[in-house]
Amino acid sequence: MVMPNTTGRPVEKNEFRQLRLEGVSRQFGGANALDQLSLTIERGEFIALLGPSGCGKSTALNCMAGLLPLSGGSIWLDQQRIDTLPPEKRGFGMVFQNYALFPHLSVSRNVGFGLKMRGVPAAEIDKRVAAALDTVQLQGHADKLPGQLSGGQQQRVAIARAIVIEPPLILMDEPLSNLDAKLRIEMRSEIRRIHRAQGCSTVYVTHDQDEALAMADRVVVMKLGVVQQVGTPQEVFARPATLDVARFMGYRNVLPARVLRSDGTSVTVEGAGGVRLAGTAMQALPVGAGVMVAVRPDEIAIAEGEHAFPGTVETAEYGGREWLLQVRTAFEDLLYVRSSRAVTPGDSVTLAAAPDRVLVYAGES
Amino acid sequence: MAGLATPTPAAQHARAPLDPAVMLVAPAAAVMVMFFVYPFAYGLLLSFQPAQGGVLQNYIHFFQTRDLWQTIGNTMQLALPATLINVGFALAIAYATRVKSPYQRLLSTLLVVPLTLGTVLIAEGMLTYFGPRGWLAQALHWLNLYEGSIRLTHNYWGVLISLVITGFPFAYLLILSYITGIDPALPRAAATLGADGWNRFRYIYLPLLTPGLVMAFCLSFVQAFSVFPSAVLLGSPAGTTRVIAIAAYEAAFEQYDYSLASAVAMIMGLAQLAIVAAALGLRRLFYRGPVTGGKG
Repeated sequence: MVMPNTTGRPVEKNEFRQLRLEGVSRQFGGANALDQLSLTIERGEFIALLGPSGCGKSTALNCMAGLLPLSGGSIWLDQQRIDTLPPEKRGFGMVFQNYALFPHLSVSRNVGFGLKMRGVPAAEIDKRVAAALDTVQLQGHADKLPGQLSGGQQQRVAIARAIVIEPPLILMDEPLSNLDAKLRIEMRSEIRRIHRAQGCSTVYVTHDQDEALAMADRVVVMKLGVVQQVGTPQEVFARPATLDVARFMGYRNVLPARVLRSDGTSVTVEGAGGVRLAGTAMQALPVGAGVMVAVRPDEIAIAEGEHAFPGTVETAEYGGREWLLQVRTAFEDLLYVRSSRAVTPGDSVTLAAAPDRVLVYAGES
Repeated sequence: MAGLATPTPAAQHARAPLDPAVMLVAPAAAVMVMFFVYPFAYGLLLSFQPAQGGVLQNYIHFFQTRDLWQTIGNTMQLALPATLINVGFALAIAYATRVKSPYQRLLSTLLVVPLTLGTVLIAEGMLTYFGPRGWLAQALHWLNLYEGSIRLTHNYWGVLISLVITGFPFAYLLILSYITGIDPALPRAAATLGADGWNRFRYIYLPLLTPGLVMAFCLSFVQAFSVFPSAVLLGSPAGTTRVIAIAAYEAAFEQYDYSLASAVAMIMGLAQLAIVAAALGLRRLFYRGPVTGGKG
């Protein structure tokens, strides 16, 4: 379907092959909020930009939307350079963190706003608005004002408003952060479903790694404006490229050690108190080098075996299916360990971790 | 803790005994009575006690005397255009300067300076600047731009210009605060939906600002309607700028007819009230509510 927009340039529904970001940078007062972001987004892909606050993920999104000018780099939609276009000429849908619904317009006029701006005839606007409200399951709320809706409903209106213009790309800026935990989980699969139904590409900004892992085809992990890793959820979860990504992915135990033996990617390291651990090198590590070892709490087991080491339970917190323990060992920091059997503080335990789940990164503490 | 749940506001309202803290409004209420209610009631009663004739004689006299009833038209002809110009320009300039910047600070400071000058000071400045031998006339002559005589003082235009100079800063500050109160995410959302600058103003800012613009109109109008010093100093107080306040002043302090002066003041109040009520009535037709786009 081809529809004319206000500029006369036809926007063809979802018909693009890829969106390319080439060295996109943005500075605020001399500081790099976003440094050299290069990324190719294929049609139909769901990309999550993940990172702590201040990592540049929202800056990247606003640069794509055209709400922030770039300090460097370029953005391409196939062969067309779009970073010089104002936001109203890009035709991307955007969902804002606080929804940004127009408070003086009814739900249906909020959703129909983009179509009206494109000069779509009123009868077609009505039809497409009804279909969009159907998609987000808000039939029957069309004549309400946004202020009369709950947070979750407002969220759905914001999504309907972004998808009704059938944009090639939908940008979402932490759209679930204002919802309660239960609704958040529901909306995750809802957004995935809408994404598949629309056949568009989605760029989704979040600081919640569970959200990113659950929803995205590819995750872009960022820190201080710099991309740390781009990969599938499985890749960034199981093989974090840097120690920072590992920390962000829930590798709560980060321990200093020294390389004893190195054989390809299998390494043996020695930490405080002579504790030896077999692990996997995430980069080239010469013997004797200072390293940091990262292990997730659920991948340290109370078990005997080679390279097992002793510890004393300090706290045990019951979490329903399992206990989260803090264990005092030879290392300076307490170790976080998940245990499926009951342990009480003061118990002596023996801990072990599978070598392929002990990740070893270069660097001193 | 569930038993301590707060009752609904309505229930609370129905049950609440008289809060002693309500007595804190007593001083303010006393001041209102002393300086507004009493003089108003006194003036109202006084206006029905003419020196001669029946109870309504002052009002009959006002509407039968061309020199008096014409002052309503004269005042409207000054106050309405001045208010529309003030609110219109203030909206345009406030909209253009809505984004915080050092430039905005400088501009708003410059625009607000006339607010701190008295009407009389501005009138004096205008007489030197706009007068027939003033700087403006001399500059235009010298530049050979305009040869005819320039009359911008001691007539309608002098008073109108003075009303704009004194009234604009007030309208500007008021409207700027309304504009900056609008959630900036709303125009950004409109932009991503394809609205260009004009459409963002037309469909987002303007509807959200309308109630504020009506308020600014009312307050500016009331200010302009009571014009007196500049109508005397810069206008022709016997002719086109014989405003209603001048009529009241003459009745009170030249003819010493306080009763007639009170009647003129009452008519002046009613005329203002009519315009303000009409404006506020129009306001009911528009959206009034929060100007943010959801949870913050």
